[in-house]
Amino acid sequence: MGSIHLNKVSKVFGDLKVIPSLDLEINEGEFVVFVGPSGCGKSTLLRLIAGLEDLSGGTISIDGNDVTNAPPAKRGLAMVFQSYALYPHMSVRKNIAFPLKMAGEDKATIDKKVEDAARVLNLTDYLERKPGQLSGGQRQRVAIGRAIVRQPTAFLFDEPLSNLDAALRVTMRLEISELHHELGTTMIYVTHDQVEAMTMADKIVVLNRGNIEQVGSPMELYNHPRNLFVAGFIGSPKMNFVEGKDAQAFGAPTIGIRPEHLSYSSSEGAWKGKVGVAEHLGSDTFCHVHTENSGTMTLRVSGEAGLKHGDTIYLTPEESRIHRFDDKGLAIA
Amino acid sequence: MATTQMRTTARLMLAPSVILLLIWMVVPLAATLYYSFQNYSLLNPITSFAGWGNYYYFLTDPAFSSAVVNTLLLVGGVLLISVVGGTFLALLIDQPIFGQGIVRILVISPFFVMPTVAALVWKNMMMNPIYGIFAWLLSLFGLPPIDFFAQIPLLSVTIIVAWQWLPFATLILLTALQSLDGEQIEAAEMDGAGAVSRFIYLVLPHLSRAITVVILIETIFLLSVFAEILVTTNGGPGTATTNLPFLVYTQALLSYDVGVASAGGVIAIIVANIVAFFLMRIVGKNLEA
Ligand SMILES: Nc1ncnc2c1ncn2[C@@H]1O[C@H](COP(=O)(O)OP(=O)(O)OP(=O)(O)O)[C@@H](O)[C@H]1O
Ligand SMILES: [Mg+2]
Repeated sequence: MGSIHLNKVSKVFGDLKVIPSLDLEINEGEFVVFVGPSGCGKSTLLRLIAGLEDLSGGTISIDGNDVTNAPPAKRGLAMVFQSYALYPHMSVRKNIAFPLKMAGEDKATIDKKVEDAARVLNLTDYLERKPGQLSGGQRQRVAIGRAIVRQPTAFLFDEPLSNLDAALRVTMRLEISELHHELGTTMIYVTHDQVEAMTMADKIVVLNRGNIEQVGSPMELYNHPRNLFVAGFIGSPKMNFVEGKDAQAFGAPTIGIRPEHLSYSSSEGAWKGKVGVAEHLGSDTFCHVHTENSGTMTLRVSGEAGLKHGDTIYLTPEESRIHRFDDKGLAIA
Repeated sequence: MATTQMRTTARLMLAPSVILLLIWMVVPLAATLYYSFQNYSLLNPITSFAGWGNYYYFLTDPAFSSAVVNTLLLVGGVLLISVVGGTFLALLIDQPIFGQGIVRILVISPFFVMPTVAALVWKNMMMNPIYGIFAWLLSLFGLPPIDFFAQIPLLSVTIIVAWQWLPFATLILLTALQSLDGEQIEAAEMDGAGAVSRFIYLVLPHLSRAITVVILIETIFLLSVFAEILVTTNGGPGTATTNLPFLVYTQALLSYDVGVASAGGVIAIIVANIVAFFLMRIVGKNLEA
């Protein structure tokens, strides 16, 4: 239960082609993350799957059934919205019970399921409150509670953590991952935060202007980005790109090297540069080095680096970690 | 209004308008109260203290009880039609339809028609039993015409007044509808709620505050409906469409008795306050944040 198949799905708003044509296979029980820059069509794609938007072309099937023209309620999916979309005048209990009530379940069953969901999500003490009297994280949990009580075939999340502060985001991230392991239900999760994508996903779908740039596991995308876009999007801090003569020396029009795969020395190396700003995270230091020919590069040093602003250093890439790209920006195998 | 100084300044700044409003209110009220205890007829230059006589006279007038009932029926009827109809219209014109702008203006326009004109138009063009549009419509089905102001006078006046207030209700409810979060509706859709359930569980609670505002504001104005009655039925037949303001008018201008009319005015104020009290008890809690 919970496999979703998109076949040549496209979406047009007026003259604007948001999603040109897209195929995607989501397997049962997978945690799939759609990631991409703002405005690339992530939400639109999710809403197409949910049935909240009509398709301009193509078909969608869930568990082998064609649901292209089925209304949202008939698709057996549950969605958690970015704004949570809780019903403001209903108590938490009524919010969570609403889908069950609409499904016509009897009172005793509803009560039991709501209590269960509340226990899982640590909401038991808040059941009689209104959404307005909850914190952001609690509201988030209510929205998730409303989604899980129906036991949907798949969950859809649209940037559910973007309204939370950094610490809470980390906690909720873990909770959602935990929930996924517990329920084993397919989850589709939209985010523009590549850290969320890397940490949560079984499978990441990188979108750019409505096109899929690459689909794969987090490590696949990290180790073998298919093109410059994916290489630049996945990984933090961003991959360094080198073009021109310096790149030719390594046998490609463009090469990419991640900040963690650069080593430095004060006497010799491939690229000479001056140390600029250093960002100290404690565990790591990110140094921005202004090189002579290849612009600013980021260097990641474990622990504290003894580099000072203005020092002259040489950077050397780890040979086996160099990503080579051709003129069109595609990775050279 | 965080600091004492700001509160003081705010009060000072508000003072002139508050004082002006108080004078505006208190002077006529005091005058009315004063005259209501006087024997004061426009036909008789001699005035004297009347005690409770004017009140007794007004309250025991056989038209009084029916005037109270008529007032309440009129207010209630118009509220019912305008709130239910306004909700329906607001839902309708909130849909993305062709010519939305024009449709909205058309729906709002009755509000700009003066009450006397509206009543005249309804009386002569719509409800006239001989050449009115309703009579013609009925004749299409071979039915006899209805003589609105003779057979169902109060209902006819209610319809006319409701027609004038429908745009107001529609407008307020439409703006409330537009502030409803679209994602909530979508969430409900995904939760399996059909159109009716969405209306009952989401839209109606969301509109409750706006409906309360409509009810309160309309009540204030509907308690004093006058022009429509004067133009169409003149309070008749008999006292079938005489409400409190119209009764006061008959006393004051038709009987030239300022004392009794003033007493009637005071009684009207008391009735209005009773209505307001019950309204606030019933719907006022919706206004709390
Ligand atoms: N109803 C609509 N009408 C017209 N254009 C739309 C509509 N909804 C979305 N778009 C356009 O489609 C594109 C994709 O929008 P979408 O909301 O899917 O982006 P997104 O990837 O979710 O971005 P974000 O990360 O900012 O949420 C945008 O260019 C947007 O302007
Ligand atoms: Mg979005």
